[in-house]
Amino acid sequence: MSPEYAVEVHDLTRKFGDFVAVDRVSLSVETGQVFGFLGPNGAGKSTTIRMLCGLLLPSSGAGRVAGFDIMTESETIKRHIGYMSQKFSLYDDLSVEENIDFFTGIYNVPRIRRRERKDWVLDMAGLADKRDNLTRSLAGGWKQRLALGCAVLHEPPILFLDEPTSGVDPLSRRQFWDLIAQMAQRGTTVFVTTHYMEEAEYCDELALISRGRMIAKGKPAELKTVIPEDILEIRVEHPFEVLEQLENSGLVKEVALFGDTLHAVVEDAGAATTAVGDFLAGRGLAATGITQVRPSMEDVFVSLVELEDRRSTEGAQT
Amino acid sequence: MSDIALAVSGLGRAFGEMWAVRGLDLEVQRGEIFGLVGPDGAGKTTTMRMLTGILAASEGQATVAGFSIHDDAEAIKARISYMSQRFGLYGDLTVEENLRFYADLYEVPRRDREPLEEKLLGFSNLTPFRKRQARNLSGGMKQKLGLACALIHKPEILFLDEPTNGVDPVSRRDFWRILYAMLKKGVTIFVSTAYLDEAERCSRVGLMHRGRLIRCDTPQKLKEGLPGQLLELETGQPRDAREALAAQLGSSRVSLFGGMLHLYTEDAAEAEQIRAILQQAGIAVLAEKIITPTLEDVFIHWVTRDDAEAAA
Repeated sequence: MSPEYAVEVHDLTRKFGDFVAVDRVSLSVETGQVFGFLGPNGAGKSTTIRMLCGLLLPSSGAGRVAGFDIMTESETIKRHIGYMSQKFSLYDDLSVEENIDFFTGIYNVPRIRRRERKDWVLDMAGLADKRDNLTRSLAGGWKQRLALGCAVLHEPPILFLDEPTSGVDPLSRRQFWDLIAQMAQRGTTVFVTTHYMEEAEYCDELALISRGRMIAKGKPAELKTVIPEDILEIRVEHPFEVLEQLENSGLVKEVALFGDTLHAVVEDAGAATTAVGDFLAGRGLAATGITQVRPSMEDVFVSLVELEDRRSTEGAQT
Repeated sequence: MSDIALAVSGLGRAFGEMWAVRGLDLEVQRGEIFGLVGPDGAGKTTTMRMLTGILAASEGQATVAGFSIHDDAEAIKARISYMSQRFGLYGDLTVEENLRFYADLYEVPRRDREPLEEKLLGFSNLTPFRKRQARNLSGGMKQKLGLACALIHKPEILFLDEPTNGVDPVSRRDFWRILYAMLKKGVTIFVSTAYLDEAERCSRVGLMHRGRLIRCDTPQKLKEGLPGQLLELETGQPRDAREALAAQLGSSRVSLFGGMLHLYTEDAAEAEQIRAILQQAGIAVLAEKIITPTLEDVFIHWVTRDDAEAAA
């Protein structure tokens, strides 16, 4: 297996009839990296993951996962990866221990390793004293950690996680990401999709797809520099009134309430700070502070996807 | 009309021996957007179901839109909307048929219906899909249709229970645009969420844990109220640094964030210890600064502390 890249695919495409779900996606994931794969619902994330896991044959393209050819060696790929979906494919009517035993069998974990792997999962998930509990009785966070443990019983070099934290509370989410960081530290490559943009920050590399096409790639900090807009935080006495005034002022592209402050999306922070300041002062609503803030990952995501949507609409019209 | 949308005092609900919610005191002003956050099982849904008149309280008092939850549950139901996690859309009805169904259910006068329907469809960007069956909508569109249905009878107070679970960021932002439009009209919004970046958008946030409200304030004050500080460290080897610090300080306090290390510390002397740990591991600190915590940091701090106190 290539030591450098755990996943390396070129022009990966999948059509369903006339519909192109994934359109010439190329990506490389270094071994030991946490790679975040982001995109709106229906952008082609799950289709891509299913192709990388050997569950769905690409219509065209080429590449290797864990060193094996995605077009010809999908069965081998399946044995060398771990996969966990948002639905945590656990058996609710089995106990914690029975689920572990079941997946140990499915993944052909050698007998000699079984006891050790089971203890590892119970310990990692903090479920040692719940081993006899029915899985359905577990809270979301426990269930999620059990599903993660079951997905890596066979110690795969690559782990695919499809929205693993959907509907899980923040504390459990952070514990989950601690486990992911530990696995990556020991050399496991992690490929993950999420709708939680603050989680995207935990990844080493990110790729953003929309309408089946790759629209941006880079480290979290790099992506924040690619959006064309700036974000201003505006502190005022009467946020609602100011919100309404600014919306109709033509000075900002978008403005939203954030608690008791406002966030405005503008072309250029320098020019807009002065213009917005003057505008509000002129209406007796002077701001107590206007500062440029770093865009959040959500700002980046929404900006890039909306930009792409505009481009493809314009493209369709011309 | 009073300025108070919700007044809650000593509210509690037991299921058998177990108190799902206990001793809840809370006041929400009209036109406010109040966010309720907490781990699974903290009592958020139970609270919401008591306030919407669906579930009887075991003890305590609450008035919602001026009516008592004990005596006037029906009057409350006419003045509020409740969008639960499994909001009832009819999959085999179209978008506009679903809206009409809810208009009938809430007895919206005929002459008001058409303009209201048009406005809600426009708001939610669903106008082009009005003839589509609800089951063929994407997750984000379904949520927006659910919200439109919940707004058809112009409620005074809107209750939303984790409305954006599993919804992508673009649809979530659309969803919030609709909420702002409602706020501007003076509607009060009471929303529970597992997304703390959404809680940042609320005028006040209540943190629930083990059936009690353990913190309640504006996002800004909640952040200022953290006893410690959040350090952001830049190192050449963020992963190794995380591992070294987690081994000594416990992994819940250290996280990787956009290639930086975030570390929560309550003790100024600990900053020295942190530098020593990193030095010992042969990791150079390139930059270090104190940053504003996020609501997630606030949440994790108080929930962890409350758990520790309960265990002690």
